[in-house]
Amino acid sequence: MKKMQLTLTVNGEAHDVLAEPRELLIHVLRERLGLTGPHIGCETSHCGACTIDMNGRSVKSCTVFAAQADGATITTIEGLGAPGALHPLQEAFREHHGLQCGFCTPGMITRAYRLLQENPSPTEAEVRMGMAGNLCRCTGYQNIVKAILAAATEMNTLKEAAE
Amino acid sequence: MIPAAFEYHRPPDLAAAIAALRDYGDDARVVAGGHSLIPMMKLRMAEIPHLIDLQAITALKGISIDGSTVRIGAMTTQAELIAHDGLASLAPILRETALQIADPQVRYVGTIGGNVANGDPGNDMPALMQCLDAGFILAGPDGERTVSAREFYQSAYVTLREDGEILTAVSFEATGGGHAYEKQKRKIGDYATAAAAVLMVKDKTACSRASVAMTNLSDVPVWSKAAGDALAGTSCGPADIDAAVAAMLADIAPTADNRGPVEFKRHVAGVILRRAIARAWSRA
Ligand SMILES: Cc1cc2nc3c(=O)[nH]c(=O)nc-3n(C[C@H](O)[C@H](O)[C@H](O)COP(=O)(O)OP(=O)(O)OC[C@H]3O[C@@H](n4cnc5c(N)ncnc54)[C@H](O)[C@@H]3O)c2cc1C
Ligand code: FES
Ligand code: FES
Repeated sequence: MKKMQLTLTVNGEAHDVLAEPRELLIHVLRERLGLTGPHIGCETSHCGACTIDMNGRSVKSCTVFAAQADGATITTIEGLGAPGALHPLQEAFREHHGLQCGFCTPGMITRAYRLLQENPSPTEAEVRMGMAGNLCRCTGYQNIVKAILAAATEMNTLKEAAE
Repeated sequence: MIPAAFEYHRPPDLAAAIAALRDYGDDARVVAGGHSLIPMMKLRMAEIPHLIDLQAITALKGISIDGSTVRIGAMTTQAELIAHDGLASLAPILRETALQIADPQVRYVGTIGGNVANGDPGNDMPALMQCLDAGFILAGPDGERTVSAREFYQSAYVTLREDGEILTAVSFEATGGGHAYEKQKRKIGDYATAAAAVLMVKDKTACSRASVAMTNLSDVPVWSKAAGDALAGTSCGPADIDAAVAAMLADIAPTADNRGPVEFKRHVAGVILRRAIARAWSRA
């Protein structure tokens, strides 16, 4: 099948990618762009490990065709922070033991990032509801929720300090 | 899980999308959010040589409210329905239902058009649309027509939409009154074991009008006229609610699957409808 020329803006950088229309976006990110942060857990739209931010929305990239993403602006976990310059969410997950094996973590943090963009001061119930599309088989969620609430407070403090 | 190969099209407007469906005939299907279709394609339960993506067609987007008339473009996502305050005050049952569909990621991309056009008895919006007496606006090579949601569904995945037609919008009159969408599911993100959409209008102490529709309890959504009639003109006492539940149970035809045997589903349907009536009436 004919390949398509796709233009993607990923983590602030423009990429031209040649891919078959049927390729899943998660495969394009991991295999063609080398961004192995977003994981493949279930590959059936259930676990949220593949969550990325696409055009300002949290999306399961195992359920998007490469062709549909042509022209999209994407953020993956790699775009949120880097070793030595962690995002407050990454810092909070470490501080509050929001992970054990870490497999779900990139999806968790990328989803939580969008949740906090939309609702900077969520209640615990809103965090649980907002994270309902991400499964974790290790932590029992308690510390994930704690980490997100702590990150929200930290991000609000940083924002106030900047103003 | 890789689907069969396809050619991808992103028409800029409705006319181009209808033309693409005409050109490729049986080989073409439209994709909206893709969160019902893509899983089917990955399982190779659907093979589609030409995929027509509706994402660029701005005429299919947006919610408009004119008095009590609501029109929702087919490409409006569940997240956009939830976020719309005007819709939430005029027809709050939409937000209540949309919040019970899937999870946040799915709601960002899943559209109302895809949800009602899909024809999967597990989808939640079809019964809601029947409860609201909505019309589905379909555009095809011969122009536009409106089909009642109460007539649209023929059997699982079979609807009155012709292959060459695109669903452009749903439209309904907001009736006010009390509402409830009550859903029993095994876990978050699951389709309903049973769900009930109920609207009730109150006149002093009596119920003047009621509409009841059920999800995933037959191969099509079930609008139970008899259940609504059983409540209308009553004060919604225990005997009236029993009559409505009995009428609903006579209209559904669940089958056994991994959500349970028939007896269990009928039991859950009764419980769910009672809860929905109680909540709708308390808000009427
Ligand atoms: C994990 C998960 C859980 C889910 N849970 C629920 C749930 O609890 N309740 C629920 O209701 N749904 C659920 N869904 C389905 C989800 O809501 C879908 O997004 C929705 O059913 C279809 O919308 P879509 O825009 O994704 O449509 P698509 O998948 O793009 O399309 C679905 C079908 O409709 C056709 N179609 C789409 N738009 C049009 C149009 N405008 N005109 C004509 N035909 C059209 C397509 O050709 C296709 O056949 C779930 C999905 C997932 C992945
Ligand atoms: S890998 Fe995409 S949801 Fe699980
Ligand atoms: S930390 Fe192991 S799956 Fe979440």
